[in-house]
Amino acid sequence: MTSAISVSGLVKTFGRTRALDGLDLSVDTGEVHGFLGPNGAGKSTTIRVLLGLLRADAGDVSLLGGHPWRDAVRLHRRLAYVPGDVNLWPNLTGGEAIDLFGALRGGLDKRRRAELVERFQLDPSKKARTYSKGNRQKVAVVAAFASDVELYVLDEPTSGLDPLMEAVFQECVREVKQEGRTVLLSSHIFSEVEALCDRVSIIRQGRTVESGTLAQLRHLTRTSISVETTHPISGLDEQAGVHDAAVDGTHAKFDVDSHQLDQALRYLTRFEVRALTSAPPSLEELFMRHYGDELRENGVKAGAGVR
Amino acid sequence: MSAFVGTARLVRLAIRRDRIQLPLWIIGTLLFVPTVIASLRDRFPTEADRIEVLRAAVESPALLVMRTVPTGTSEGAMAMFQMLGYLPVVTGLMSTLAVVRHTRQNEETGRAEMLGATVVGRYAELTAALIVAAGANVVLGGLFGLALLGYGLPAAGSFAAGAGIAAAGVAFAGIAAVAAQITQSARAANGIAAAVVGVAFLVRGFGDALGQVQPNGYVMRSAWPAWLSPIGWVTEIRPYAGDRWWVLLLPLACFAASVAVAFALTVRRDVGMGMIADRRGPAQASPALLSPLGLAWRLQRGTLLGWGVAMAAFGVAVGSLATSVPGALGENEGGAETITKLAGGSSADLTDAFFAAMITFYGAMAAAYVVQALMRPRIEEAGGAGEAVLATGTGRLTWLVSHLAVSVAGAALLLLVSGLATGIVAGLDGGEAAGRVGQLTGAALMQLPAALVLVGFTVVAFGLLPRLTIGLAWAAYTICLIVGQLGELLGLPQWARDISPFTHVPAVPAATATAAPLIALSAVAVALGAAGLALFRRRDLAL
Repeated sequence: MTSAISVSGLVKTFGRTRALDGLDLSVDTGEVHGFLGPNGAGKSTTIRVLLGLLRADAGDVSLLGGHPWRDAVRLHRRLAYVPGDVNLWPNLTGGEAIDLFGALRGGLDKRRRAELVERFQLDPSKKARTYSKGNRQKVAVVAAFASDVELYVLDEPTSGLDPLMEAVFQECVREVKQEGRTVLLSSHIFSEVEALCDRVSIIRQGRTVESGTLAQLRHLTRTSISVETTHPISGLDEQAGVHDAAVDGTHAKFDVDSHQLDQALRYLTRFEVRALTSAPPSLEELFMRHYGDELRENGVKAGAGVR
Repeated sequence: MSAFVGTARLVRLAIRRDRIQLPLWIIGTLLFVPTVIASLRDRFPTEADRIEVLRAAVESPALLVMRTVPTGTSEGAMAMFQMLGYLPVVTGLMSTLAVVRHTRQNEETGRAEMLGATVVGRYAELTAALIVAAGANVVLGGLFGLALLGYGLPAAGSFAAGAGIAAAGVAFAGIAAVAAQITQSARAANGIAAAVVGVAFLVRGFGDALGQVQPNGYVMRSAWPAWLSPIGWVTEIRPYAGDRWWVLLLPLACFAASVAVAFALTVRRDVGMGMIADRRGPAQASPALLSPLGLAWRLQRGTLLGWGVAMAAFGVAVGSLATSVPGALGENEGGAETITKLAGGSSADLTDAFFAAMITFYGAMAAAYVVQALMRPRIEEAGGAGEAVLATGTGRLTWLVSHLAVSVAGAALLLLVSGLATGIVAGLDGGEAAGRVGQLTGAALMQLPAALVLVGFTVVAFGLLPRLTIGLAWAAYTICLIVGQLGELLGLPQWARDISPFTHVPAVPAATATAAPLIALSAVAVALGAAGLALFRRRDLAL
């Protein structure tokens, strides 16, 4: 498997602000890669470095086998970009903007364009100044997916779309993935990332803090267990890896570190398990775990609002 | 009165937003007072000197267009002759930009929607904008009066002059309020309002050029067209020469009427919408749009069309004034001197000197267009689709060169149009059409290399200090205009005048055309442009 994007030790400073501080990112060809992080973590800066719009201060960056700064134009013909904040020309219509982006990228599939305009329910004859944020995003998304490219770089592409359009967007991503194309999807929407992404990278303050498949990342976190037994449970909170245990006679609820799960279940069997439900950790929980200390500093209880 | 709730708060917000901008406008305008008075006392110390120069001035339509009609020979009246023709343009632009900034621009950016959802009445925003604009004019007018008073000029005339330019500003604020209701974009509203100010200046100029010289031979009364222009009204107040305060009723009535119209329009439309609704456009792009050059042309063509109409009209006006020049200035040394000074050369033929003088202003206008056009790449980069375009297969050089090509070709076209218009009209009047057309068109096009130097400077600024591009470019333009086009008239030393590229253009048809300076200017422009492009290629996008 070859690598579509490979970034290591990327540093980018703006004056005294260190926006990227040794960031690593690796996206394999043909995968949908989720790119997560809170506002200001450096997602858009990373993407702009990948597009050769900003110049890296240090680190190795490779995109589709080329150098994003030196080979910018050649590489741009092979990718499509949807910016986080879609700005269009107020006096051009949405249809004109789609055709223009397509032409500047090196061609557009006319049939696919018509189909996408239909699916996203976009009125292409309206002037861009009259579009809402969601409609401007649709223009950029249609222009991207109607282009025949190897890589899609999408920076929070659905933040202004309604749930129906979000579903259409997810279909589009699955279609291009089936065709073997690569997608880098920066997002805040956990359900979207969980539904679409093969692997995710979580970044924070300009650094990658976690990267891997969802399964791998789940391994690093906790599973929520709710259990009912025949005999009263005792000593559960002394078991390794068990957290926040709430025991009420024959009923217990607790979280357990994923790699200690087996041990915890073995311990429970001695009380004769009658019913058990387990909830795998959501991406949201993963995310909250990494930003928990930040939230705590700001007076929000860790885990609050997660479950 | 609930429609006005929140006005006071919005006024404070607007003042806070404008705390730097408006004081700069006011101080900049006030600086005209010491400059003009000092040069007046230096050059025309006695009444006899002033009578002599005014006798010449009234015979020069070109000078009357740039200044206004002289109303008297006192020091005060002389200062008014120097300033009242264009100071209302300054207060007018200050007012229209302020009103649009606090009304239509707020709506366009969505700020008005957020404000409108708070406890703010329907009329509050427009009222606040008008209060701020009118307040700025009142402060400016008062300080202007005080400044003149400080030079020992009579109080009544000083404050009449201050009241006059302030009232003109207020009248234009009202007009801008209407423009802001009609259009959907702040750009269009600013364009309409600035066009009204420009037309008012030209109408005043025509009225003054066609004015009647009084029997004494040096005082003049404007012809009736000047009464159609808010700028003409200021001259009609005649500060230091009668102080006709009642004339102030005209700008105030104009303000009241246009504000009434604007408020009536406010209640008839929705937030964010204009009276001129946006039409639907094509669902698919035409092939002509589908390239960086096609896009640059599409984004620039509206501006170019506006400038083209304005410069063609100016060319026709200059061409038609030409026939009156030689007869009027034949026996008159002072006026001839002014014209030849403006032309920056010496010539036996006053008509040629007049054309040469006017053509330097064509150069200035073409340069203003090209600087304005080159703001487009910066606007695209900062808040437009520049980022998305540069993430496509469009290289940075292709992108910027496309904008440069359209801007420079546009400037050449503007010079061609104005030169042709002047030549055709002057030729028809003077009966030597073919020769005049060729001569004046060529002379106008010779201004292009000088304008290109400003293009080069702007590209360097864009490549080196992108966030300051707009300010730097206009500052350079203003300096070139003052030291170049007006340098000789202001009595600046030669080394200062040499800073402006326009100083180096041969003053054709007053002087003979030489290729060397044009080639040198072009070389400087190309070198600057290449340096700017190289800098832009190497820098981060400044989003």
